[in-house]
Parts: sequence; structure tokens; C-alpha cells
Amino acid sequence: MLLQQLVNGLTLGAVYTLIALSFSLVMGILGVLNLAIAELFMLGAYFGFTAILAQLPLPVALVAAMLGSALVAIVIQKIAYEPLRDAPIVTPMLSTLGFSIILQNVATNVWGSDPLQLTDEVLPGRLTLGSVSISTMQLLVMGATVALVAILAFVVQKTPAGRALRAVAENRDVARLLGVSAARVTLLAFVLSGVMAGAAGVLIGMHYAVITPYMGVDIGLKAIAVMVIGGTTRIWGALVAGPLIGIAEVMTVAYGGSQVRDFVVYGLMILILLLRPQGILGGSRSEQGQRV
Amino acid sequence: MTAPALLSLKNITKLFGGIRALADVSFDVAPGQIVGVIGPNGAGKTSMFNVITGAYKADSGHVMLAGEDVTNQPPHRIARAGISRTFQNIRLFGGMTVWEHLLVSQPHSESLMRRVLPTRWADPTALQRAEEVLAFFGLEEMKDRNARSLPYGLQRRVEMARAVTARPKLLLLDEPVAGMNHDEAEDIRKLILRLRDDGLSVLLIEHDMAFVMNLCDYLHVVDFGAMIAHGRPEEVRADPVVLEAYLGRAA
Amino acid sequence: MSTYYAGLLADVGILTLGGLSVYIILATGQLSLGNAGFMGIGAYITSYLTVTLGIGITPALFVAAVASGIIGVVVGFPALRLKGIYLAIATLGFGEMVRSFFLNLSAMGGSSGFHGMKHISVGYIWVWVIGILLVVMLLERSRVWLEMQAVNDDETAAGLVGLNATAIKVGAFGAGAAVAAISGGLFAHHHVYIEPGNFGFERSIDFVLAVILGGSTVGPGALVGSLVLVMLRFAGRHDGTGAA
Repeated sequence: MLLQQLVNGLTLGAVYTLIALSFSLVMGILGVLNLAIAELFMLGAYFGFTAILAQLPLPVALVAAMLGSALVAIVIQKIAYEPLRDAPIVTPMLSTLGFSIILQNVATNVWGSDPLQLTDEVLPGRLTLGSVSISTMQLLVMGATVALVAILAFVVQKTPAGRALRAVAENRDVARLLGVSAARVTLLAFVLSGVMAGAAGVLIGMHYAVITPYMGVDIGLKAIAVMVIGGTTRIWGALVAGPLIGIAEVMTVAYGGSQVRDFVVYGLMILILLLRPQGILGGSRSEQGQRV
Repeated sequence: MTAPALLSLKNITKLFGGIRALADVSFDVAPGQIVGVIGPNGAGKTSMFNVITGAYKADSGHVMLAGEDVTNQPPHRIARAGISRTFQNIRLFGGMTVWEHLLVSQPHSESLMRRVLPTRWADPTALQRAEEVLAFFGLEEMKDRNARSLPYGLQRRVEMARAVTARPKLLLLDEPVAGMNHDEAEDIRKLILRLRDDGLSVLLIEHDMAFVMNLCDYLHVVDFGAMIAHGRPEEVRADPVVLEAYLGRAA
Repeated sequence: MSTYYAGLLADVGILTLGGLSVYIILATGQLSLGNAGFMGIGAYITSYLTVTLGIGITPALFVAAVASGIIGVVVGFPALRLKGIYLAIATLGFGEMVRSFFLNLSAMGGSSGFHGMKHISVGYIWVWVIGILLVVMLLERSRVWLEMQAVNDDETAAGLVGLNATAIKVGAFGAGAAVAAISGGLFAHHHVYIEPGNFGFERSIDFVLAVILGGSTVGPGALVGSLVLVMLRFAGRHDGTGAA
């Protein structure tokens, strides 16, 4: 029972991790909360479903979701962020909010407001290990998350583009002086963030086999909480906070506390903001308010 | 000094990390005096203002205002106790007219009722005070202009007017004539003298030596966070320690 | 006037109050993405008072406003530690916590909602809307409003001219929370049914949008913004069977 819940929690946690990383890439590097990420996630699910319903193979659906969301992320960057780059930090957040409303309306008009369902399981089959039963789909969710995080880590840590990202995250002005192109870094952050959100959308969509144009808000808000709990100034905090919150949620539901889970998660988020802005894992407090 | 001090700094020390911005600084400002603080850049003059006004917390020592200990009180309390200031880099409120600057900085003894109702018909005393200050600083024509859109010299004047509106006992001026030409500085000098005639005490930081020497009753010289000399302007001018601090560095 | 258009008008009024609640807090430079939480608090308190205790709607609204205002002040204190985007995130969390709280409050119906309120007329709603809008417009001509602007613009300088930034910011939170609560009480008695989902993130966002669409620098902007928003919703609806 406990192990089973752990597996279910990790599946949910994997998706939280991806979206939280998506938020955190933009927030940690540019200091902007891109609220449209919740809708990139929703769109990723629709792109993926469209591909699957067109009988395209699963990997194609995954790639379609990631690229589709990344493209929309570029549009957001060009229209909602770039013109407001030097405005107070809250302003681009509000414009991404406006964008997210537009995206939701677009999705409602294109795909309708009724839930879209998959008739067949994309990946049937379960794997049974002792008392624990894992569906192939769950394995895919977790496997894909690990792979994506690994790729992201490689890009950010090992490539020149990633170094530029980190330089900007560290100190925007200094990075500019060193000849890092802020425009390209910004674009890269949005693209990576779109890829993560799109992947998360299609994965959770296939896992539940049903999606709606409104699915972004709840999970998106939760992912913001995950990002904060992991620490807003460090991108990788989400790797710990995601699974942690996923497991905690599944556990509270399993042990009769389904209704209190949001209360606890958001309460924890506020506590972290007030007391440990560097996140649960963060070391020194020196980064506090760095980009406020 | 015979009169009891209006402002009294007692052994103020302020540390930033390991660096002493102020080291054991003590001095008094007597009522009705114009006192200048001079010293090379980075000597700790503005830090001293920040400690007096509560913007920085002193690590040790006391700030007394008219016998009352105001050390490390929140800035608004110290302001209400009777200390107003201006800033080296002018800090006017964005989007506010000159007139609004004079309303927002009124004395703080007034009832909440007066403050939440429209000033125009609920608060004749505030209007009167604002008119008074406006006239004193010769800003009548600028009344409805956005303060930040005014020329630099006028902005300094508005900032001073804002500080004076609150009827402080002591006015702190951080480089009141920086960036001004001789005529503008002379106008400011006359304004400060008139303020003193109205009973205000003034403590000011300034680099313009001619201005300081012509205006102040008393001077304190700071270097490396410590008081190195004090006296009447003509005494300080002749003090070898001061010459050393200024000329020795400038050479 | 058909009931449908009356309903739209009621929506505009309720949204205007929500917008004003954001506007008051925003005037001190604090962006709240959680005012639907205060609206929910107002809706539930008012409904409890009128349905369970049988108190009249008008006194119930006053009590709810005061109670929510106190909660607003309590929320306002920790909010002082946060700025900009972090404050926005924290208030968003507050709104979600309130929603979750009412979901668990079985005494008030929990997830199945609460009903039994007596329906109020659109006219009654607009008496409140116009009344509060006038109060805000008077306030905009007062010294306190200038003090709020000063704190918004430069908190340090404001402190050094004697303004108590803490009191001003926390007070604004309290006042905004009170106005949001009245919006909630009116909502509850207009729709005669409430559930926690009525007071979620989207509602908070609507408030913010109403302020932005109407221009965030004057009080009547919230009214204009609400009108625009409700009309946009109306125009975007093909079937025309009811407002969001």
C-alpha cells in the first residue's frame, strides 16, 4: 500500500517537477513569473492528443507537444515579455496573465470546452513487482521526466548557451558586460520552459486519458507552489520539491486528508516565502530578495 | 556652547561588515545654530545622517533630540519627533505635484478624520501651511507641476520645502547646493538663513567650501568615519589637520 | 429589463467592488492575487449571518466587512516582508488556502456549497457599489491617499518625512479586504448559492483585470474595467445563456 502510493506520488511529482522547472527557468533566470506556462502545459496536452488521435506514434506526439508549446512560448516572449523587459517586474507577469486567458479561449474555440478523451489507452499494460503495480504509462511519465531533466541539466550546465543562461541568472548586468546576448538568453529560457511545460502536459494528459482547456490553472498554481518550495532563485530546487509535494499529496489523499492537501501545500509555500525564500534546500540567505 | 543641545550624538559607531563607517562620533547642535559637517568623499557624512534619521541602526552610541533618546527608532518616529531631511540624490515622490508634496509631509499630530477626508474641504490648516511654505520657497508658480519634471535646482528647493512643511526642530540637508551655480547657491544660502531666523536649527553636509564657510556657525570635520576637527569656520579653515585631510589626499 | 441583463448588471457591480478592493491595495504598491479569498470570507460570513442567525443583509455586510478587514490586516503584516512578484505569489497562495478552507468547512456545506440566502435586487447591489465608489473617490482627494502614493513610490523617503509605511500598507490591505468582503456578500445574496469554487484564482484575476482594463490610477477605472470585462465575456458567448 505504502509503496504503491509512493509510486503514484512520484508520477504526480514528476509532472509537478517538469512544470515547476518550466516556471523556475523563467523566474530564476529572468525574474519573471510567466503565468502563461499553465496554458503551455494545457496546450502541450492538446497538441499531443491531436497527434495521437491522428494515429501518429507516441514519440511523435511527445515531440509535437514539446515543439508546439515551445513555439507558443516564443510568441509569448516576443509579444508579452520583450516589449516590457524594462518595466517593473510585476508588469510582464500581468501581460503573461492576459496571454494565458487568450490561450485558454483559443483552446476552447479550437477543441471545444468539453473534456477530450482518449478512447484507447495509449500504453496499455502494467508491471507488477510484489504488491506494487505500476502502469506502463506511469513508467513513461517518470522515465520521460528523468530524461528531460537530464537533457535540461546538460544544456544548462555543459553547453555555452547554458553558461550564458547561468551568467544572466547570476547577474544580468555583468552578463551583458561580458557580451552575453540578453535577447538570445531570454529566448532560450522561454523555449526550454515551453518544452518542459508541453512535455508535462502531454504526459499527464495521457496518464489520465482526459484533458480540458481548464486543466492548466490548478496544476499550474500547484507548480508555482512547488517552485517556491524548491526555492525561486535556484532552478534545481524543483527536483526535490516536485516529488516531495507529489508524494505528500498522494499520501494525504490516501490516508483520508484529501481536502486539506491544498491548504497544506499553499500554507507551506507561504511559510517558505516568508521564512526561507531560498527554498527548503537553500543554503545561505544571501540570495534573499535578489531579484525583488 | 551654553544652551542645552537640540541634537546630541554620543559615541555613535556604525559598522558595515568589518568596516567602521562611523567611529565613536560625538557632537552637539545647539538650538538656532547652522552646523556644517565637512570631509572628503566617503568619510561617513551621509552615514551619519542615516543614523540620525533612523535609516541605519547605530551599532553603539546614542542620538538625543531635545533630551529625548531617539536612537534606532523607526524613521517615521524620528521624523515626527522633529527631524526632517533632504537627500543627496533628490528623492521626490513620482507622479506628485509640488503642492501634493507639501500636503503629504504635513505635521503628524492630526486626526485620522482630517487625513481621510478630501483635504480641500476638511483640512484648512494643512492648506494654509502648504501655502505658507510654497510662498516661502517661491514655488507658487510651480504649484501644480509634477515635481520630478522641474529643473534640478527647483527640485532641490521642493525637497527642502517638503522637509520644512512638517515643522521640524532640526533640518538635515545633504549637499543642498550640489550641482548648483553660484547664484542658485546664494539663493539657497539666504533661504537657510531665513529658516534659522524662524527658529529652525540646521545640520548640513556640503562640499562647496565657500558656501559652508559663509553660512555655518560651526563646523565638524569628518574623515574615515571619525571626527578630526571642529570649530568656527575660520578656525577650521586654519586647522593643519583639516588641511592635511583635504590637501594631502587631493595631491 | 430582462432578468438576464439585470444579472449582467449585478455582475458588473460585484466585479467593480472586487476591482476596487485590488485598487486600494495596489495604491500602496502591493499587488494582491488573492482577493477572491477575502471575497469568499465575506460571502460565507454574510450568508451565515443572514441564513443561520437571521440577521438583515445590511448589518450582515457590515459585520463581514469588519471581520474580513481584520483578517486583511493580519495578512497584511507578513505581506510587508514580501515585495513585487513574491507578494503576488504569496497572496495567490492565501486565496487558494481560503478556498481550500471553505472546501473543508462542512458546517457551511463544504464542497457541496451553501444556500438559503434571500435574493437581493440589482438596485440594492448598486447602492453599495456607488456608495463605495464615492467613498474611494473622496479618499483619492485626501492626504491618506497621497501618503499611500508616497509609500508606493519610495518607502524609505516616505518614512523619513514621517509617514508610517507599515500602518499605511497594512491599513490598505484591511480596507481592500473589507471591500472584497462586501463584494462577496452581495455575490452570495445575488446568486443565492455559493461554493468554494466561486472564490478561486480566476476570480482574483478578474479583479486585477478589471483594474488594469479600466486604468489602474483612478477609482472609477475599476467600474469601467468591470463593464468592459463583462461585455467582453458577453460578446464571447455564442449561446447567450448566462454570464460567467
